[in-house]
Amino acid sequence: MSVEAQFAQPRPGNTVLTGNTAPLGNTAPHQRPHMTEASKPASPQLPPLKAHAKKLSFFYGTHQALHAIDLPLVDMHVTALIGPSGCGKSTFLRCFNRIHDLYPNTRYDGEIILYPSAANIISRDVDPIEMRMRIGMVFQKPNPFPKSIFENVAYGLRLKGIRNATELKDRVETALKSTAIWEEVKNRLNKSAYDLSGGQQQRLCIARAVAAEPEMLLMDEPCSALDPIASGKIEDLIRELRKKYAVLIVTHNMQQASRASDYTAFMYMGKLVEFGATTDIFTNPKSKETEDYVTGRFG
Amino acid sequence: MDSAAPVAVSAMPQGNQGPKANHGSTPREDQIAALVKRRNASNAVAGGIMFAAAASSVAITCGIVAMLTLESLPFFREVNLWDFLTDTMWAPLFAAPRYGILPLIAGTFVTTLVALAIALPIGTIIAVYLSEFAPHTVREVIKPATELLSAVPTIVFGYFALQVVTPALQTFIPDLPTFNMLSAGIVMGIMIIPYVSSLSEDALRAVPMLLREGSYGMGASRMQTAFKVVIPSAISGLAAAYILGISRAIGETMIVAVAAGMQPNLTLDPRQPAETITAYIVQVSLGDVEHGTVAFHSIFAAGATLFVLTLGLNVFGHYLRKRYRKAY
Repeated sequence: MSVEAQFAQPRPGNTVLTGNTAPLGNTAPHQRPHMTEASKPASPQLPPLKAHAKKLSFFYGTHQALHAIDLPLVDMHVTALIGPSGCGKSTFLRCFNRIHDLYPNTRYDGEIILYPSAANIISRDVDPIEMRMRIGMVFQKPNPFPKSIFENVAYGLRLKGIRNATELKDRVETALKSTAIWEEVKNRLNKSAYDLSGGQQQRLCIARAVAAEPEMLLMDEPCSALDPIASGKIEDLIRELRKKYAVLIVTHNMQQASRASDYTAFMYMGKLVEFGATTDIFTNPKSKETEDYVTGRFG
Repeated sequence: MDSAAPVAVSAMPQGNQGPKANHGSTPREDQIAALVKRRNASNAVAGGIMFAAAASSVAITCGIVAMLTLESLPFFREVNLWDFLTDTMWAPLFAAPRYGILPLIAGTFVTTLVALAIALPIGTIIAVYLSEFAPHTVREVIKPATELLSAVPTIVFGYFALQVVTPALQTFIPDLPTFNMLSAGIVMGIMIIPYVSSLSEDALRAVPMLLREGSYGMGASRMQTAFKVVIPSAISGLAAAYILGISRAIGETMIVAVAAGMQPNLTLDPRQPAETITAYIVQVSLGDVEHGTVAFHSIFAAGATLFVLTLGLNVFGHYLRKRYRKAY
């Protein structure tokens, strides 16, 4: 597939590591005992990173859901998280904008470094509200607010204190255009968002996240509640968004991961089993578990 | 409904070509047929019992409406309906009786309004706090404590109004009469708070977590999430809670009978004493009014008025619920 050929490999010429990036290889293998040998050669020299999870563990009460995960997220690329249900994909993703903070008895351990500021997202000193403004999220099911289409997209902008009507209007329009839903809604911006179809609602939610101009985008199975045609539109959209953002996407759909992502991480039982370029993971996985999963032998 | 049983039984006799056709049906099939038959029978009995329970509430409502209509008919034979609705004086026990319901409606209206001014804001704030802000441990203490308020008998509330709230109010409003609608309304509002807060909280908690996560995920604070997303999503449930609170206030009897005075008084000033519809019904039904007189039948006319008021409110509430129901 030309699309895969075009996107699956990490883009060349981008491998020079500048000061504000952290190469995966700067951590010695013995410090990452949980990582299999398979994940090590996942290109020691990656393009500039947007974020880097380092020894990230997460606990629901006493239950450890994530075990010291090391995962780099390359800027302007799509990283897919795959793995069987309950393996911790969504838990991992939700660490990035501190949604876990809303629930009692949860605990993070380790670091998620966000570049270029090199702030540790999960540090207690970091305000989760600030992080959520900087990192957009799209959820499993479309979750528009009980407001008009316009006000849904303007929500994040208003939270950021933008009051100017012209600026709001322009930025809402830009966001709706960049998520390819403008033509469908431009004549009914003041209608309730609940009047839209499921696929339209989900693209509206992506527009809502994009309008706030986040630094990166998290997507938690954004197509799981949609039919194939609506899913296809969202996948096209993800490929567009990649030009501006680092995207981290959780998916149960192997085809989707292979079509839409540049890098893929396979998780199992709260551990990262293998990480690498998407073509490598799907055509030449190093680990037996990864191979079994991507070929459909388990999970 | 009971089609399953005949099919299971009748299928066999027709199957003449089958190897077991001469047996009629196998023991296994007989067993299943008997089981289905028994189950259908018990289903029919259970369905009948449940229908009777549901029908009884309808029958009782119809009975009440019939009773109110029949008993107030003699009243409306003596009193013109137009006079009843427009006369500004209610004095059924005077030598020259006047039957204008307006003073009673005004009394009911003012006490209810005062009660709602207390109960709706406080009840909503409690609900929002418990549902969106309170840590689990705090919620576990405050929620039962609030609900304990609704266990206080209303007569106790009535004397609380008369003995505590009125004297307290008199320090601010020196010429406040002992019996006044303000004090009765305030205490009635306190009484209604748990109804409003408990139902409102249920409505707020029914809003899916996914919507809250969407709002927090954009960087909203608790306050912004509560007021911009959760409350608008729960609006139909909140409306239902408010309507129930209003119905409680309109129907409340003891507090107003004790603390608001028993003099029909056409005024919208809450500092005045006045009588509500319910208080009048208590006054007359406890007094020595002769059965069969116009004065006696007037309590049914007053009761019918009350019924129409609350019915209208409930219909309005039902409309609101349908109008603003959100499909999450």
